[in-house]
This record gives sequence, C-alpha cells and structure tokens, in this order.
Amino acid sequence: MWILPAIILIGTVVLAVPLGLYMAWVFEGRYRLPTVLRWIENRVDTGPQNWKQYCWAFMLLNLGTFIVGYLVLALQPWLPLNPDQKGMLAPSMIFHTVISFMTNTNQQHYSGEVHLSYFSQLFFICWKQVLSPVIGLAALVAIIRGLRGDKDMGNFYLDMWRGVAYFFVPLCLIVGVLLIAGGSPMTLHGKAQLATVEPGAMGSDDSGAAKLQEIARGPVAAIVAVKQFGTNGGGYFGANSAHPFENPNDWTNLLTCIGIILVPVATLVMFGKMLSNFRHAAVIFGVMLVLSVATIIWAVQWDTNQPNPALVARSEVAYAQDLPQAGGAAKPVWMVARAGQSADIAARDPAKQGADQPATTVYAGLPVDQSLGNLEGKELRFGTSAGATWAALTTNTSNGSVNCMHDSLTPLAGITPLVGMWLNCIWGGVGVGLINLLIYLIIGVFLAGLMVGRTPEYLGKKVEAHEMKLASLAMLAHPLLILIPTGLFVASSWALSTQNNPAAHGFTEILYEFTSASANNGSGYEGLADTVGAAADDNDAKLPQRAWDIACGLVMLCGRFIPIIAPIAIAGSLMAKKHTPFTVGTLRTDTATFGFVLLGTILLVGALLFLPAAVLGPVAEHLGPIPFGGG
Amino acid sequence: MSLSVEEEPLSIPGRASDDLKSERRESRRHGLFAPHLMRAALKQAFIMLRPDIQWKNPVMFVVEVGTILTLVFTVASLFGHGGAVSVTYLIGVDVWLFLTVMFANFATALAEARGKAQADSLRKTRRETPAFLLRDDGEIEESNSTALLAGDRVVVEAGQIIPGDGEIVDGVASVDESAITGESAPVIREAGGDRSGVTGGTRVLSDRIIVRITAEAGKSFLDRMIALVEGAIRQRTPNEIALSLVLSAFTLIFLIVTVALWPMALNAELYMKDYLGLAEPVKSLGTDIPTLVALLVCLIPTTIGALLAAIGIAGMDRALRANILAKSGKAVEVAGDVDTLLLDKTGTITIGNRRATQFVPMGQFSGAELGQLASLASMSDQTPEGKSIVELYAKPQGGVLDRRVADEAMHGAQFIEFTAQTRMSGIDLANGQKIRKGAPDSVIKYVQQLGGIMPEGAQAQVDAVASQGATPLLVCEGNRIAGMVVLSDILKPGIRERFERLRRMGLRTVMVTGDNPLTAKAIAEQAGVDDFIAQATPEAKLAYIRKEQASGKLVAMMGDGTNDAPALAQADVGVAMNSGTQAAKEAGNMVDLDSDPTKLIEVVEIGKQLLMTRGALTTFSVANDLAKYFAIIPALFAATLPWLKPFDVMHLHSATSAILSAVIFNAIIIPMLIPIALRGVAYRPVGADALLRRNLLIWGLGGVLVPFIGIKLIDVILVHLHLLS
Repeated sequence: MWILPAIILIGTVVLAVPLGLYMAWVFEGRYRLPTVLRWIENRVDTGPQNWKQYCWAFMLLNLGTFIVGYLVLALQPWLPLNPDQKGMLAPSMIFHTVISFMTNTNQQHYSGEVHLSYFSQLFFICWKQVLSPVIGLAALVAIIRGLRGDKDMGNFYLDMWRGVAYFFVPLCLIVGVLLIAGGSPMTLHGKAQLATVEPGAMGSDDSGAAKLQEIARGPVAAIVAVKQFGTNGGGYFGANSAHPFENPNDWTNLLTCIGIILVPVATLVMFGKMLSNFRHAAVIFGVMLVLSVATIIWAVQWDTNQPNPALVARSEVAYAQDLPQAGGAAKPVWMVARAGQSADIAARDPAKQGADQPATTVYAGLPVDQSLGNLEGKELRFGTSAGATWAALTTNTSNGSVNCMHDSLTPLAGITPLVGMWLNCIWGGVGVGLINLLIYLIIGVFLAGLMVGRTPEYLGKKVEAHEMKLASLAMLAHPLLILIPTGLFVASSWALSTQNNPAAHGFTEILYEFTSASANNGSGYEGLADTVGAAADDNDAKLPQRAWDIACGLVMLCGRFIPIIAPIAIAGSLMAKKHTPFTVGTLRTDTATFGFVLLGTILLVGALLFLPAAVLGPVAEHLGPIPFGGG
Repeated sequence: MSLSVEEEPLSIPGRASDDLKSERRESRRHGLFAPHLMRAALKQAFIMLRPDIQWKNPVMFVVEVGTILTLVFTVASLFGHGGAVSVTYLIGVDVWLFLTVMFANFATALAEARGKAQADSLRKTRRETPAFLLRDDGEIEESNSTALLAGDRVVVEAGQIIPGDGEIVDGVASVDESAITGESAPVIREAGGDRSGVTGGTRVLSDRIIVRITAEAGKSFLDRMIALVEGAIRQRTPNEIALSLVLSAFTLIFLIVTVALWPMALNAELYMKDYLGLAEPVKSLGTDIPTLVALLVCLIPTTIGALLAAIGIAGMDRALRANILAKSGKAVEVAGDVDTLLLDKTGTITIGNRRATQFVPMGQFSGAELGQLASLASMSDQTPEGKSIVELYAKPQGGVLDRRVADEAMHGAQFIEFTAQTRMSGIDLANGQKIRKGAPDSVIKYVQQLGGIMPEGAQAQVDAVASQGATPLLVCEGNRIAGMVVLSDILKPGIRERFERLRRMGLRTVMVTGDNPLTAKAIAEQAGVDDFIAQATPEAKLAYIRKEQASGKLVAMMGDGTNDAPALAQADVGVAMNSGTQAAKEAGNMVDLDSDPTKLIEVVEIGKQLLMTRGALTTFSVANDLAKYFAIIPALFAATLPWLKPFDVMHLHSATSAILSAVIFNAIIIPMLIPIALRGVAYRPVGADALLRRNLLIWGLGGVLVPFIGIKLIDVILVHLHLLS
C-alpha cells in the first residue's frame, strides 16, 4: 500500500535530476543548432526584454491562444475530423473551456467523448495543453533570470520555442509511445461499434433490432501524455485517468503518476542549476517533499486504512455524544446563542432519529468487509492506495487529472486535495508552482530577515516596500478568488440547485470547484451539475450552470495571471538592485532553519486562511451525523 | 511595573562601569511607566481615536470601525431590535474591542511621551541666557541668546553658559556638558583642531573662550533633532513602510475570510433547518455580525499593528538614551544593516593617543641628550604625541630644569611645522642647531642630504619597533641621528572581544589610522580588526567608503574633524562627535553627545534590535491566529454544528466565553508587550542563523502556544468571576 507512493516519489526524483539539468541547458541556450533550427530561432527571437516587455509578450500569446481556441471550439460543427458529428457547444461552456485550457487549469465542465470532435481534441485540447505549461515555465525562467540579476529577462518567444520544441514535445512523444505500448489507443477512427455478447444488452432500436455497443476512442495517448506531464489534467474522457483507455493498467498508472510531479520536481533542479545554488533549491525541495509526503500519508491513511464511515454504525453514536441535550439529562453545556434553542433541537431530535435515521442505520448494518478501506469510487485495477495517492499528487501539483472520484474519498481524506490546492505550491504547476512558492518565500524571508536584525534580503537583493506590495497582491488573490465566490454561491440558489448532496458535503463540492479554479488545478469534486452541454440544450433553466461557467472562468483568469505577473514584477525590481554581499549577519536561505521558516510561512499564511472553510466542509462532515450528506 | 534596566540587553561586556551607572540613572529618571508619562499618553490615546488620525494605522482603523459597528448592534439590541445574542455579551465584545484600539493608541502615545520627555530635558538647555557679543571693534555688548545670529562672536567666561552652538575661535576651556550628555566629568574644548565645537546650554567651568556662533537661535542642530525626536516630523522608515504594507495585506485577507464566512455560516444554518425539519433557521454566532467583527479583530495582526509605531519611536528613543541624536529614524534602521565599520584607531581601539614610551639613543648620544633634543623639537608641537615626548623627558628630570633649558634654547629659535611633504617637524635654534624629528625614512633622507650617515643597526632597530605596532620617530641634530623615540599605542581592554562580537554579528571592522602600514598592520592584528587603512587621509577614507559601497556594502563611520565631513556624508551611517566641528555634525546623520568613538557598536545594535523587534512581534502576531481559530470556530457553529466540539481543544466554557476570551486575550497582549516594544527584543551577536532559530522558537513557537494558555486562563477567570452565564 505504501510501496506505490514510495516508488512514485523515488522514481520521480531519479528522473527529475537529469531532466532538470537538461531544462537548464535548454533555457540557457547552451546548445548548438543545425541551420534550420537556428533560422527558426532567429525568426522567433525578438531580442532581450525587460520585465514589462516580457509580460506584454506573455499576455499577447495568451490572448492569441484565447482567440484561436474560442474559434476552434465555436466552429466545431464545420471543422474536419468530426466522425461522430459533434455539434455546437453552449457559449458559456466554450468561454469556460477556453479559459480553462489557456490557464493550465483544464477544469472540464464538458465531457470529452460527448462534446468534442477529434479536431477539437487535437487542435484545441492538445496544443493548448502543450502551450500552457510551457508558458508557466517561461515565466519561471524569466523570474530566475531576474533573481540572479541578469541584464534582461530573456525573450519570451524564444523561451516558448525552446520549451516547446526542445523540451516538452520531445518528452511527450516519448511518453506517448510508452502509453501506446501500455495499451492507450491513438486513432482518428470514429467510435468502435461491436455486438455485445448478450444480444440486446445495449437495448434495442425502434425497429426492435439489438443495438450495437459504441465505444468512444480517439487520439488518446497523445492527449494523456500531454495532460499528465504538463500538469494539465484535462483528460480525453470525462472519467479522466480512471478510464481504461487513458490509464489501461498499473504500469501506465505508475508512469502517469510520475508524470504528474516529474516536471515540477525537475524545475527545482533547473532552478538550482540556473541560480548555481543547489543548496537553496534543496531546501525548497525538502519543504515541498515534507508537505507532499504528509498529504499522501494523510490521504492514504484516512481513505485506505480506515473503514468507510458511512458503513459504520456511527450515526447513533454521533447523536448520543454530540447532542447531549438529546437525552434531556445532560445540561446543554456547550451553549447556543439564543436561550431555549438548544431545547428546540433537543425536542425535535429524538423524533428525527426515529423517522429519518434508519437509512444510515441500515447501511451501517450491512455485512461489508472493510479491511481494504474505502473502496467506493476507486479503480481497483491500480490497487487500493492508488486513488488516494493520485488524489494527493494531482493536487500537490496543479494537474487535476483523477483516477478516482474525489467526491468518494472519506471526508477527512478529502481534505488532502483541498489543502494541496489551497497551498498550491507543494510541487505546483509547471513553473507556476515554484512561482507561487516564491511568494511565500518572499514573505518568509521578510519576516525572518527582520528577525535577524537586517533589512530582509533574498539572494543578495534587498526586499523592500515595492516587492512586498507585489507579494501581498499575489498573496491576496488566492483567498479572495476562493472564499468570496464560494460565499456568494453557497448563499444563492445557483449553487444549491446544482449540488448533488446537501449539507457539509454539498458545501465542499462548491468550495472545491472554486478552489480548483483559483489554483488552476482543474480537478473536480464531482457531484456538481455544472454542465450546460450543447448549444441546443442551453436554455434558461441552465442559468445556474451558466453562472458556474462564467464565475469559474473569471476565477481561473485572475488565479492565473495575478500570481504570475506580480512575481515577474518582483523579479524585475530585484534584478535592478545592487547585490548585497553575504556576511555572517545575513539570513541564509539554504539551511534547515530556513526550511522551517518556509514551512511555517506556508502553513500559517497559506493554510490558516482556509481553516473555517475546511471546518464547515470536510471536518463538519466527518464529525457530524450526516455522512456523505445524509439521506 | 517599572522594569529595571539591569536586564537591559543592550549592555555590552567591557563597557566601563560608569557608563552603566549613568544609564541606570537615566532610566530611573524615566521609568517605562512613569506616572506623568502614563497620564499624558492616556490623554493622547483618546485624541488619536479621531478617524483621520486613526486612519494612519490601517489595522487599528479596521478595529475602530468594527467597534463602532458592534456598538450599533449593541444599542439596537438594548432597544429590543437585537438578534439572538445576549446584550451583556455584545457589551462585553464592544468594550474589549474599544480597549484594543485604546491599548494600541496608548502604546504609540506612551512611546511618543517618552520621546517628548527626553526632548524636553534637552530643551531645558535651550532656555534664554545672556550673551556677551564681541563687536568688531573689540567692545563687548550684552545681548541675549535668542537674538544671536550665525556668525556672531561671543565671549564666554568661567561660570557662564554658552549661548548657542558654535565653534571656539580663540582660547581653551573646560566645559561641563552634563546638561546634554548626562556625564558630569568636564571636557576640554579648544580653538583649532577637532575639538572646537561647543553646544549651546553647556557651561564653561574655567578659562575664557571666544565662540563664533554657527546656528541662530531655534535653528540649531539640537533644535532640529529635538523636533525629530518629538515625533512631530517623524517619517516612517523604509522597513516600517514595507511591514505596514504586509500588515495591511494580512488585514485585507482576513477581512475576506470573515466576510466570506457569513454566507457560509448561513448555508450551514439553512441545511440544518432542512435536516432538523424546523420552521425557521437555527441561529448561530456565525451569522452574528458583532461576533464576526470579533473574529476579524482577533485574526488581523492587531498586536504588531498596535505596537509598530511605538517600536519605531522607541528605537529613536533608545538611541537618544544612549546619547545619540539621530537625524531620522531611517538612520537608526540603516545602522542595523551596516556591513563595514570604519573605526578610528585613536580613542576607539587604543586608549587615547600614542604616547612616547621610550628613548632609544643611537651613535654617541646618551639617553638624556636624546630626550632633550626630542623635547626641544617637540616644544612647538601641540599634537598629543609631541606633548607626550616632552612629558616623557620631563618626568625623570623634574620638569623645572627642563623649562629653564627650554626657555633658554627657545630664545630666537625658529619652529619648523610638520607638513605632509616633509613628514618632519623640528626647530632651528638660535645657536645654529637644527633639530628634526619625524618619520624614519624622511629623517634618514634629510640626514643623508646633509652628508650624514645612518648609525650601525639603526634600520634594524626601527623596523623591530615598527613591526611591534609601535611608531618609531627618528630624531636628528644636524646630520647626526641622535636616536629613536618610540611612540606606543595601548589597546583598550576587552577590545578584541568586542571585535569578535562584531564579527559574529556579521560586521567587518576597519581601523583607520595615520600610522604607516607596518605599524597599522601590527595594531590591527593585536586588536583583531579585519582590515585597516594606514596613512589615512580624508581622501583615502572617502575612497575606501566608496569602494565598499560599490560592492553593495553599507558603511558606518565616526568622525569629528571638518576633514571627516565628506566621508561622514558619504557613509551610510555617519556618526559625528558632539565635540567635533559643526561641519562634521552637519555631514553625519547622527551625533554622539558623549563623543565616545565606541558608540558605533551600540548604534548598530540599536538598529538591529529595532528590526528584530518588528519581525518578532509580527511573527508572534500571525502565529497567535492558530489558537484563536481553535477557540472561535467551534464557538461560531456551536448552535448549528455542535459536533464540532472536539475542535475546541481548550475546552472553553461556552461559545460566548470562547469568543470573549479570545477578544480579551487579543486586547491585553498589547499592553503586555509594550515593554518589549519599547525596550526591544534582546539582541545577541551569535550570527544570523542562530539568532533566527532563537527568535523562531521564542516568537514563532511561543506565538503558537501562548494564546492557547492565555485564552484558557481568561475563560477560567471569566467563569470563576461569574461574568458569564
């Protein structure tokens, strides 16, 4: 059970070192090119850029991909490679999907095999999933150049070219071949049609003839390789990596798990190499590793090592203990705001227990073997801990692909993906994970720097008001984009009419959706009915779904650009500063002590903000008497 | 709760005990919580409630707005328009929110009051005194200190008070400067040289001097500094601005958290209503606005927000207490960042000046002859070295004979002044004797020009002395070398340890001396400084500072002379001695009233303490939030989600007592930390990493743990006193 996560982590680190060094080599431009490639590079390279020019180029490319992406999706019915005649999509869904794939979020309100043609999959989903991680990587490379005090930030277009042509596409080609070898289909043929063994298993058509089974397929391997290794997560099928074509067996599961965190770990090696400061990179790696291991252990422990609480005779216990008033004998010690209200609940409770509780009591009595933990919503092809491990890894990074239903994780295990996305820097998205961490790092450096009695310095550059202003802005974005929309939606009918479960679980669904959007993660808690679907199905009854599309789209936009542009501006400002020599009195950023500072900052600043929401969601669900939203 | 200063972390090993004594005296005069200061601060705290003033502190402004909001709800509740919450609880919350603001204002006001008290005591020296104006025609005219203009010359005689800042143009006097420095021992001030500066308000004890006034009344250097210390023109320092930005961001973030919590709590109320089948929603404290305000106030960094201004003012105040006047708070703060300290050898590393300690005769000369020649050559030499040669010769001779011989010899003699070119001085006597003393190479060259020769082994003797860090001077009579005068430096006791301490703080020490490189190197090694500037000229100092700054280092130096002014201005921290010239004082950004060259070390420590205190209290403030969450969150949902009870790890009495306890803890931690804010967090020169570990443990881990204990304790007390149902 623990072997799988251990192999994943060790395998990743082993592969990440050479890959990271290769990435540094590529982005430093230390290679010699054949004439053809040099000719292309010379066309692409528009010359050295300062941080503002770099940001403009960055925004321009994003705008371009937005427009092209929107056109591809909007023109789907008229474009080629559409053997299954996929129709026009609802406008709000196109808006959401385009932003989702532009921002490396890949949150899917659509279902690939239902809504998208092969052309859309290949020329929208696939190439956007190639571009968006490299865009994040380019931003990181520019920030590194700023931090080490280069004269300029490099050239965005050149960085993009290097990242796509020399690093990401070759990597994905290798992985794609491995996936095909593992059993993933790669085809442009339409759905496979075959007669079922039992005639009529799929029902019969109007004429009474037995229907053939239709199996969706397509260019899966390419998309899976790109979505896994670029922390994208936008799967070919709605079921994502739980689908046997996306993830055929335990070997592909291991490969794609490593794929989730490989590039983010490799960027740390690249970071160390480019700064010539491996010790500093190692401290960051240590902090990330501690957090990653903690989240994996938490998820596996609470999901795989514990019985499913819904199937345990827990509800009566909960009532007897948690509402002592119910018995009438115990004094209502834990007082309630209004006098008499506790009695109110007490008066009604016994009746409730009699009337509505049998449902849970019945489940509780079922003779289920729980020795393998909570198996609901899992793909057992991969082993019992694979779902929980994947859930942790996919949210440690901003990947967001899934191989189990996060909705089906036990409430406490369900905290893991939430925490991963709240922090959003445990490994983080390609490039952006480390960028997010730099914000915590700057704040940590600032407080720790003051505590050693000097104006705070990071990598020899003084961190002053201007940098702190930008860091504060970036720090503010995440809670603002998660908590305020969640607050808006939970109090409105938009969310309440789309959640599948009431109570704490339904609350978590809503919280999760916005968390996933703001963290640019893209995984879903599922359970939310947030799909508008085809344009033909779009009507006023779909207003809440439209609201989800637009709200999540806006959150993803802000959640992507504020935390990237602010750090680039910080790096641009630090770049211009004079280098302060290192003395004994200088705060060291390459020691275990600093590791603790960083860890403490991440936990105190990053996690504390979301504690109330976590308590109202998963914790209330775990402790409360209504497991899984009750009946 | 007056705190004695014996625990004052500033004290440095090796500091003279009388320094400590004067510091104690000083602190007793202004105890941390002296009653008259408390009264003034309390009054000011109320004035600061004015929204336009409170706005300057965004964190506390939010608390003030929250207090008013809560007040509205409390009043509504009193008139029966309240919600589900009891009025006594609302009043409790409101009162403690108000106290939070008051404590914050009080902390700032108290720090300001202490600064004012210091400034007032300085200002007392500014009172009107008679001035005796010396007119151009030599007449003396009685005037008043307030009527003096820059450029006026005044005569001050024994017993009189110097009417204004200026420089002595004629005469020498002992001056009692205790009014500004607190040091009772009189100091010598004399015309010419670097001890010519006098300060208005100080008293001449002996002799008569003529002072040229350099600043008109009310615009003197001290006046400007007093205004700064009083906080009237206090500008926030760069680090303070950066920190207040971070604090504002934290405040905004927690505002988001709290605002978003209201609909979330409402959601919980609604689904519990459905679940329990009630007609109307279950009310919890989670949708009670005053309670959410209480949560907000507990979460935003009120502790550091309340004390931030006080820490800054107290930093200036601590500098002032060490008798350093800083031109701005920024100067004190920058001192904490200093990488390189330029220290004058004389007075800082060695006791006083080099003194003649030995006569080494050469050739046919005897010791006595050499001594006589040397002291004759030094008769007109008013440098401390020159005087010490005369003294060394006079001591065994009884002095009387010396005077007579000297007077005889001096008749018709011509003095040869020291110049940088010749690097020799001496005397041409009426009898044709030409006596010279000076740097060995110069004297040798001089002798050789006159056809003389170097005695056997002389060079070896000279080198031996120089390599030990002493300064050899050769004395010659005509073309014969008479011998060598050994000038020695005596290191201050404990100076090595002090430099070791500075090294652990991460500072590089550079000794500045006029000595030759060989001598300088030897003394530098003995004292343990990292580098030295030998044969230092003002230009060399300036060049060295520029070189250090070009490599990104911050440089501090101390100086007194007019020729130090460019270097003082160039240095990031320039401390001018009060005894120094006006030009030096104008050029530096601090003035040391004690004129104590070792003050630089203290300045650096004060600067570091200032930053550390801010960092430590911010960390403490943020770390506190964990416990507050554990107290408040289960309380908020006690009515809707009672099974969150296990989250209440402190086992608090009730929901309202939990919230009140958190609010009360949040409020009273402010006055409890005022002493730390004013005195600063203890600084230890142990290197950044060890310091960080220590502060993380105390303020980080402590910040996590203390509120758990504090909130529980307050809860127990509240229940025990039956203040809560």
